[in-house]
Amino acid sequence: MQGGKITVALVGNPNCGKTTLLNRITRSKESVGNYPRVTVALKRKEFTHQGQVIELIDLPGIYALTSQTPEEREARDFIHSGQVDIIINVLDACNLERSLFLTSQLIEMGHPLLFVLNMADEARSKKLQIDTQGLSSMLGGSVFETVGTTGEGLKELLDGVVMLHAQKTRREPIFLTYDDHLEQSVRRVQRLVTELHPKALDHHQSRWLAIKLLEGDDRILLQEGEHAHLLEMVHRERYDLARSHGEECDLLFAMARYGFTHGVVEEVVQGPSEGEMVRDWTGRLDQVFLHRFFGIPLLLVLLWIMFQSTFSLGKIPMGWIDASVSWVSEWVSGQLPEGMVHDLVVDGIIAGVGGTVVFLPNIVILFFFMAMFSETGYLARAAFLVDRSMHTFGLHGKALIPLVMGFGCNVPAVMATRTIEDYRSRMITILISPFMLCSARLPVFILFAGAFFSEKAGTMVLLMYVLSIVVAMGAAVILNRLFLRSDDDAFVMELPPYRLPTLRAIMIHMGDRVIGFLQKVAGVILVGSIIIWFLQEFPHHQTLSQDYDREISQLALMPQTLQNEEIITALKMKKAQEELEQSYLGQIARTIAPVFVPLHFTWKDTVAILTGFVAKEVVVASYAVLYSQGDRAAENSESLRKALSHSMTPIVAFTFMLFALLYAPCLGTIATIGREAGGWIWAGYSVAFSMTLAYGLSFLVVQIGGLLL
Amino acid sequence: MEYSLIDLEPGESGLIKGIVGSSQSKKRLMAMGIIQGKEITVETVAPMGDPRIYSVLGYRLSMRNVEAQNIRIVRN
Ligand SMILES: Nc1nc2c(ncn2[C@@H]2O[C@H](COP(=O)(O)OP(=O)(O)OP(=O)(O)O)[C@@H](O)[C@H]2O)c(=O)[nH]1
Ligand SMILES: [Mg+2]
Repeated sequence: MQGGKITVALVGNPNCGKTTLLNRITRSKESVGNYPRVTVALKRKEFTHQGQVIELIDLPGIYALTSQTPEEREARDFIHSGQVDIIINVLDACNLERSLFLTSQLIEMGHPLLFVLNMADEARSKKLQIDTQGLSSMLGGSVFETVGTTGEGLKELLDGVVMLHAQKTRREPIFLTYDDHLEQSVRRVQRLVTELHPKALDHHQSRWLAIKLLEGDDRILLQEGEHAHLLEMVHRERYDLARSHGEECDLLFAMARYGFTHGVVEEVVQGPSEGEMVRDWTGRLDQVFLHRFFGIPLLLVLLWIMFQSTFSLGKIPMGWIDASVSWVSEWVSGQLPEGMVHDLVVDGIIAGVGGTVVFLPNIVILFFFMAMFSETGYLARAAFLVDRSMHTFGLHGKALIPLVMGFGCNVPAVMATRTIEDYRSRMITILISPFMLCSARLPVFILFAGAFFSEKAGTMVLLMYVLSIVVAMGAAVILNRLFLRSDDDAFVMELPPYRLPTLRAIMIHMGDRVIGFLQKVAGVILVGSIIIWFLQEFPHHQTLSQDYDREISQLALMPQTLQNEEIITALKMKKAQEELEQSYLGQIARTIAPVFVPLHFTWKDTVAILTGFVAKEVVVASYAVLYSQGDRAAENSESLRKALSHSMTPIVAFTFMLFALLYAPCLGTIATIGREAGGWIWAGYSVAFSMTLAYGLSFLVVQIGGLLL
Repeated sequence: MEYSLIDLEPGESGLIKGIVGSSQSKKRLMAMGIIQGKEITVETVAPMGDPRIYSVLGYRLSMRNVEAQNIRIVRN
């Protein structure tokens, strides 16, 4: 394929810096994080180096090619798919011995390979010296030292890719040699493989196939399923080997591989011993953050600081945005002549979009903290700390990461469940992720908490977070009963060293959320606001119960008294109210509203709930549009809060918050659940489950609350 | 004398002798460096005693005690 595109795949252990390298090389902004298994689906990016078009593919991290989880299989199948021209095997320079286990499997495949020693900066500071020349000759491919976070060594690496492709002459592939017994078995199986695939396979490929068969690789066994006597032979060889060595055959191969990696490390690495490697500042920090008694309180304090800052710090820029929105609204209002267009722009668009965009600062701050947690390596520790508690709810400690991500957006949260190996455990996590209070729902709660519980607004919002967790855990328990217990007890997780977050990584985290939010504001919120405005403005020919206009004009002719003014205002509001009720929106909502009567929601709340199905931010935009109608001043959030606060009692307001927290996930999440869980039935199940729970709990709260207060 | 990994106290270490259990979990552990002859040390214990963090091959990994029970070791 001279002159064509080169397809290059990044293959390596989780958390060795593959995505960081991809981001650097192709100037992309894919998510990174200092915990294993951030990337769960493959990402392709194209770029040009020395005039050569290169497609770089970032794969989920894997420890071996004989893997089990969905994202590991995706990586493995892609490597075997034949689409890859060159594999870049990314190695964590500080973790060479383990990283080379995967390498030993890659080498045998005989694919053109390059090796990257990433995290070279950390290796230097640990005084590890790696002989790259020696490594290169032992692995049979060029070795490059890189630092993903600064971009050091990337130019050389890319030059190496282009060169390797241009030469096209492969170096003589390296063979791992096994001890006598294994070697003889491999040869015997290889001979039969060659007979069965005459002329199709070279020596290297048939050897690889034989090794894979003996290692019990389920994919290859399936592929060779038609050759019954080959499988029979493999089975017999495996059995004989296991009997004569007293160990399972897979283990014998794994041991041979570690023999190889150990040999390589002995040869090329100089520096601290294994024991000294973990006596570092990560160890000292762990003594604090993972302290037996203070570890969990510290986690709670950190979370509290995160939420508190989100609201208290967020208030200041919120005020500025609010003021600007009012200013724009007034200015536009002055520019446009009275009429439909004026109302559409001011009451529809500016009210809806402005009412939502004020929450941007909260989202920025929340994500700053989330980025810090995940980039420092604390998030992985948090999963470790809560694993035991999660286990009592039938959840996996690893579920913490998707659930915490759910605070941002439920869509990536559902995707992140891919790292959970056990099927049932994963399904349960998928079904409860939508209960996590995502940043789209945050504006609803900030609005309501401010309107009804002004003194304790911060606490109320925190309470909603607590409720979201409590309900999620409760739901997990229920689902566990329904589904039978999940029986997977594995929690093998690599704990990365603490790292100083880079500005770039933090910006990627925050930028993602901010851009996503603004895109929604410019898209679904804008459209939603316009539609809601139209639905409530039309039809225009309504029959009102009184001739308000005449009464008002008559009153206006009379001498101006205070009492008179009040009557006029009251009449105007009554008129607006009646118009709204007769509008299309009012008609639709009132058809459905009876369903929500037991919860004491009005038809306006019904409108907000309906629109929230699309995306939860639209709930706020709906209120903003609904309440800007009768009351001219309701374009900024201050007056929206006031208008809202007269519309329901605090207990109903709380019920509404609860309902908004729990009812059906937004369309995006529903679609993701359908895709990830592998069936639309799951999406339907999720909607039904969350609606039932939302309605049931809200009903209980409003009824019991009504009795108590 | 052979022990299982959970018999080790924090700070103690041992040499891995082997793994018992399903072949799937064995494969998973082997790929992460839990392999015969390697030294393993208990580093940190979670608040309720489970899971624990171990160091092996110069890096840290956490495991629940039910898994650790399947890993046979000899004390150093
Ligand atoms: N000090 C240092 N940190 C790095 C380097 N490369 C990456 N990192 C950090 O290591 C962490 C993991 O990087 P990722 O790029 O997410 O790793 P990955 O290989 O894509 O991981 P998975 O997607 O989980 O398989 C991040 O916190 C990076 O900022 C490096 O060369 N030096
Ligand atoms: Mg990644």
